Amino acid sequence: MPRGDQPIDHLLRRAGFGATTAETALFSGMSLSAAIAQLLDYQRQPDEVDSKIGSDQYVGVTTRGGAFSPNTNIEDARQRWLFRMVHSQRPLQEKMTLFWHQHFATAYGKVAGFGGPIQGTKMMALVSGALPGPQGQIELFRSRALGKFRDLLIEVARDPAMIVWLDGRTNTRQRPQENFGREVMELFTFGIGNYSEQDVYAAARVFTGWNLQLAGANNQDPNAYYEFSYRPNQHDPTAKVFTFPIYADGGQTIPARAAADGMQDGIDFLSALARHPETARRLVRKMWGFFVSEQESAPADFVEGAVKVYLGSDTEIRPVVDYILRSPWFLDPRSLYARYSWPAEFVARAVKETGWQGFSIDGARTPLANMGQTLFDPPDVNGWELGAGWISTGAMLARMNFASTLAANQKFNLARAVPQGARTAADAFIGAMLNRFSPMSYTEGSRAALLGYVASGGPWTGSDTQLNIKAPSVARLILGSAEYQFV
Amino acid sequence: MAGITRRRFIRDGAAAVAITYAAPAFLSDIARAQGAVARNLVVLYLSGGNDALNTVVPYTDGFYYSRRPNIAVPAGLVLQIGSDAAGRPLGLHPRLTGLRDIFNEGRLAIIQRTGYENSSRSHFQGIDIWGTGDPRSTSGTGWLGRYLDTLGSSDPLVAWNSTRETPRALVSRTVGVPAIPDARTYSFSSPNTGAEALAERDAATRMASASDSSAPHLAFVSSTTLGAFSTLDRVGAVAGYVPSIGYPNSGLGLALKTVAGAIAKGVGTRVFWVSTGGFDTHANEGAAGVGAYATLMGTVNDSVLAFYSDLKNQGLLGSTMLLEFSEFGRRISENGSQGTDHGAAAVMMALGGGVRGGLYGTAPSLDPDPANPTLENAGADVRHETDFRSVYAKVLDSWLGVDSVSVLGGNFKNGPGIV
Repeated sequence: MPRGDQPIDHLLRRAGFGATTAETALFSGMSLSAAIAQLLDYQRQPDEVDSKIGSDQYVGVTTRGGAFSPNTNIEDARQRWLFRMVHSQRPLQEKMTLFWHQHFATAYGKVAGFGGPIQGTKMMALVSGALPGPQGQIELFRSRALGKFRDLLIEVARDPAMIVWLDGRTNTRQRPQENFGREVMELFTFGIGNYSEQDVYAAARVFTGWNLQLAGANNQDPNAYYEFSYRPNQHDPTAKVFTFPIYADGGQTIPARAAADGMQDGIDFLSALARHPETARRLVRKMWGFFVSEQESAPADFVEGAVKVYLGSDTEIRPVVDYILRSPWFLDPRSLYARYSWPAEFVARAVKETGWQGFSIDGARTPLANMGQTLFDPPDVNGWELGAGWISTGAMLARMNFASTLAANQKFNLARAVPQGARTAADAFIGAMLNRFSPMSYTEGSRAALLGYVASGGPWTGSDTQLNIKAPSVARLILGSAEYQFV
Repeated sequence: MAGITRRRFIRDGAAAVAITYAAPAFLSDIARAQGAVARNLVVLYLSGGNDALNTVVPYTDGFYYSRRPNIAVPAGLVLQIGSDAAGRPLGLHPRLTGLRDIFNEGRLAIIQRTGYENSSRSHFQGIDIWGTGDPRSTSGTGWLGRYLDTLGSSDPLVAWNSTRETPRALVSRTVGVPAIPDARTYSFSSPNTGAEALAERDAATRMASASDSSAPHLAFVSSTTLGAFSTLDRVGAVAGYVPSIGYPNSGLGLALKTVAGAIAKGVGTRVFWVSTGGFDTHANEGAAGVGAYATLMGTVNDSVLAFYSDLKNQGLLGSTMLLEFSEFGRRISENGSQGTDHGAAAVMMALGGGVRGGLYGTAPSLDPDPANPTLENAGADVRHETDFRSVYAKVLDSWLGVDSVSVLGGNFKNGPGIV
């Protein structure tokens, strides 16, 4: 069986970002069940990856005059996240963080437009305790990656970046503002078809007064920060009537209550949304696409099974992911390579499999933008267009050109890594390169094209000179091939 | 909208494209007819839901001012463009001086109150409906994609998308539309140089040609790669275009300059797609004709004016039409954030050498009386008067020269006579 078809490799591509040589060695000694448990129970693994930034033996980062500042400089925050995707010992945590970033898509551009670049970065990326202020939105996702969706939803609703992003800060009793109230139903929970325009009006009123405030003298100060602030005088205390149940007894009306207690409106409303069966269905279908397949619709058995787990665990995500990874559909041969890799996944996997000695992950930032995925800056609140939506001529050129940059940078490492016994025969050389990477199987014709390339320019002897020329180009051809774009 | 549905129709589109691309004809060198100047269409999408009432201002309607106390454009500042068929005086936003000049040249058509029944207030459903040209469907091919299908072209550069994602409108059964966000970076690189790099590019082409064409997704990616290789050199030529006039240094300015380059160099493109964002103005639109919304209008005005003038200078205006739209208009009353929330009917515009300029359709009365027939949603939103598909039909029938009934799947031939 080709390396890429092995269940462990499949698992590491889906529940992580692929595997380095060392990770492949570590996991290949485990049963699949033990590997799933290790990935899911990630809190048992050390979270020391940030301390490795800047060390030898790890992919590099590039600073722009001054210290590496992932809490206050968004470019550094992007580098830090990519570094974690490549090197974290908790790959599933990073993977779910990316999932929530897509689900609650919030763009740094608007947040920084309001608070400036320092506060914008803090609101998106601040590591708890690194500077004063609440943790950034991505850290919120990271810390609650497999927790209860209800709790995450409530935290997101009071997250300063979200309050800027969907204009909650201007939502007041006198003039309700519908942006968050609409999107929380359309995109974050149960989706179109489950609510009316009247529900949008009522939802806007629920969140009147959910605001933020600056603590500190001015937003240029890295020690200043924005924090959530509930303003009772801006809250509409009257009753809100919905077309769907808010309470366990079927009640559809959030009662009038004193403005001082008005935050309870939002908690009641978000709790109802989180526990709504259609929210459960929508979430598990998204997770199906994320973990299992973009090429087959989620079967009804799968959906109802996963929904039962979700509702039965009071909206906790960990058992849902556990259910998915252990379900028969996950290992079904039709699920192998049935996902288009997201650009960030493509980059992390390419770096893991190509090597990184002497490469700065900063070299991936502009290519990622050209591939269509700038981390912390999704195009809109609906997130990125997934699946085939990632693929266009421009995006394929960007993927191929990143592969070229990486392979050229790793030229000598790639050449030296070819085992002695696989050098003199062109077929063995290609075999070794394909084993190093893990693309979907090639047709005979595609493999023949690779062999034809190796034979171009003169007879193949496997000399160091030839390896230095051909190994990086073969790596680029593999990384840029259609087969490699699937995980 | 539900993600799964979105994926599914992309998948279906992808499968269909891949099958066509796997045909040997695609792999042969593509003959390009470049001689005669064919008509082309440039679609400009204002992303986020443009506030039509501040673009084309009903400046004598008292309700416009009472319902927008902070963000209304003062009557004294609007650029007057006369009255519509109902005798209602209208004015353009003060930053639209270039569009006003084109209007005065008789080459700008403004179509008020365009939309459809039960207008979606969702960005994502809205743009998909404008894309498919079918309010009942947000999936499948787009109206421009189906037009491309009628051309029977094997050249992917028959269409040119200047954004990163393929919009629903350009999803086609037979054409995998190239995405060219920046012609300058649309290039191929190799770890090696010279003959070695050429051999590698040749191998990449062979690998893509030989990949498993029975697996639709794989074939879609391979065909996209082949599409990139077959368009590289021509796009590279466009990247070197020197316009006859300066363009603003904005994303839209760059995109329209590139489109003008592709038209001037005759690369054979029939449909261009450009977009500019920021129109989801829930907050701080700005007062008295200055502020965030004025900036948006400035971006559109300055870029479109440069494009129009550039083509005009080169005698290329007669073969070009630019068609502007947005996924919805906005609520009539401003919200508490000096912005506006999602609404219904919008404004479309068309300009070019073949356009019959003027004001089409009638302005709404903004009287919040729930019985007001020009509004909907209990007087909150503008109700459509002109079905957007009838504008598409006019463009298809009278500009692009194809039968709109087959492209749109219905008869919408009663549209405004903009061309």
